[in-house]
Amino acid sequence: MRHICGSAPCAAVLALVTGGIARASLVGSPAFALLTTLVTLPLLVLALTRFARRDTLAARLASPALFGALLLWLWEMLVLGLHIPFVLLPPPSAIAAAFATHIGTLVTDFRQTYLHAVVAGYALGCGAGFAVALAMDRSPFLRRGLLPLGNLASVMPIVGVAPIMVMWFGFDWPSKAAVVVVMTFFPMLVNTTAGLAATGAMERDLMHCYAAGYWPTLLKLRLPASMPFVFTALKLNSTLALIGAVVAEFFGTPILGMGFRISTEAARMNMDIVWATITVAALAGSLSFGAIALIERAATFWHPAFRR
Amino acid sequence: MIDVARGSAARILPVVTVLGILTVFWYVMAIPLNAPRLDLDETAGLSTLARAAWSMDRPILPAPHQIAGELWSSVLFHPLTSSRNLLYHAWVTLSAALAGLAIALALGIALAVGIVYLRTLDRSLMPWVIASQTVPVLAIAPMVVVVLGNLGITGLLPKAAIAGYLAFFPITVGMVTGLRAADPLQLDLMRTYSAAPLAVFTKLRWPMSLAFLFPGLRVAVALALVGAIVAELPTGAQAGLGARLLTGSYYGQTIQLWATLVMAALLSIVALLVVGAVERAVLHARGGRL
Repeated sequence: MRHICGSAPCAAVLALVTGGIARASLVGSPAFALLTTLVTLPLLVLALTRFARRDTLAARLASPALFGALLLWLWEMLVLGLHIPFVLLPPPSAIAAAFATHIGTLVTDFRQTYLHAVVAGYALGCGAGFAVALAMDRSPFLRRGLLPLGNLASVMPIVGVAPIMVMWFGFDWPSKAAVVVVMTFFPMLVNTTAGLAATGAMERDLMHCYAAGYWPTLLKLRLPASMPFVFTALKLNSTLALIGAVVAEFFGTPILGMGFRISTEAARMNMDIVWATITVAALAGSLSFGAIALIERAATFWHPAFRR
Repeated sequence: MIDVARGSAARILPVVTVLGILTVFWYVMAIPLNAPRLDLDETAGLSTLARAAWSMDRPILPAPHQIAGELWSSVLFHPLTSSRNLLYHAWVTLSAALAGLAIALALGIALAVGIVYLRTLDRSLMPWVIASQTVPVLAIAPMVVVVLGNLGITGLLPKAAIAGYLAFFPITVGMVTGLRAADPLQLDLMRTYSAAPLAVFTKLRWPMSLAFLFPGLRVAVALALVGAIVAELPTGAQAGLGARLLTGSYYGQTIQLWATLVMAALLSIVALLVVGAVERAVLHARGGRL
């Protein structure tokens, strides 16, 4: 096989073609599908090992992309080939079809859960955590009192406050935003405090030599130095916020929202819609994580992790 | 000795102060929050109002002593096997979380070893390990439980699977860093001994990685508990802290709801203390070097 196809892209394309043939022939002739599968798997492994040896940007992107394609393809082949019940795990093709059919519902749910609850709660929770961390920074007593509690709270099952928030703020999105605020507050508080303490004694001495007061030191040295920590919290919170909003919808919601859709359609065994909603959630989570990571690169370009 | 005493006092005093302020704030807030639900005549004084607001049956915000009382009576005045005892529910949740943690440890360490030793896996699998955590897994937890329940798989396994999925990530990330943390000089020394890869793993990489395993394990324990609680939210679940939260929310039993939350918090504190104790024991067994 190495002689037929030496380069990684060539092996990858060949694997995709044989994989497609295997999927197409799965219903008609399972034996042929099994044969093409046996050709596809070593080709994919070969392509993956070849890509792993290179250090170009394209190869670094191709490796995970190809691995993702492998997972999706295996999922499709196994579910259809082994006749796994539809309610247990629908094949990716059925999920994609449901995604296309129910796009209108998915968009309304996304607007209710993400654009209203998650964005508002995320902004408020992260902003409040950051502000309290700055206030704590001025008072060592407050810091020593609040920080252990913050550390403790950030490992608590905080999502449990969801029923209380639904009781307090009603069924619509403000109650979900409130859960998101509580969930995102403590990671932000703890990380910002750690970030504000991250400057070295030498750098602080230098600011002292410049006769810089509290505010210039904060703005020119300590806030920029704290940015890697702040972005860690922002990235962590982007996932937490989505989880909080969706779980809060299990405790009561108007008849829309991603959590509502998941719980009702799961009860009615419409698993393809459930999985389409999960796809939306996964895309929203990954994309917001990626967007924050990109902003982080721009904001902390000086950090050793991003320097070239 | 004096220094140690002063150190711990300086640590505890601010925390106690903040907790005290929070408690007072809590009691004060309970009055305006609960007042609309009280049928008192307009002339009632503040002390009557406060006393009524702090002893309501289904308050909007229960007073701390009501929550403590509910916790106390639930733990002491009901047998351990009764569904009215919160310790019983805590045990149901804890057992699922522990089973999930076992899955997470096995999966997390296996993945980390694969990623460290196989370059192909490092390049192709590691991005997906990270992406797996941007997916709100908790959101699908109830669905997994419902679906597995329809297939006749009930009880511990579905909850443990969700707890395990959440908890494997910090373990994998910690172990990948830990297995790579071996000093190049020490790796060179192993080469001069012409040590087999297995010996390098058992004698150098594995011991080095333990220092990174425990911080990951602490996060994993907390995540496993969250996973187990959320997995109990579907109406089918009979027992567990999550089921208790759901019934409390359906019937407006706010005191029960808050007591369950406090129990969940206590459970995670105990779990963290146990992990800390294990870490210290390992440190002690290895002569204080970790």
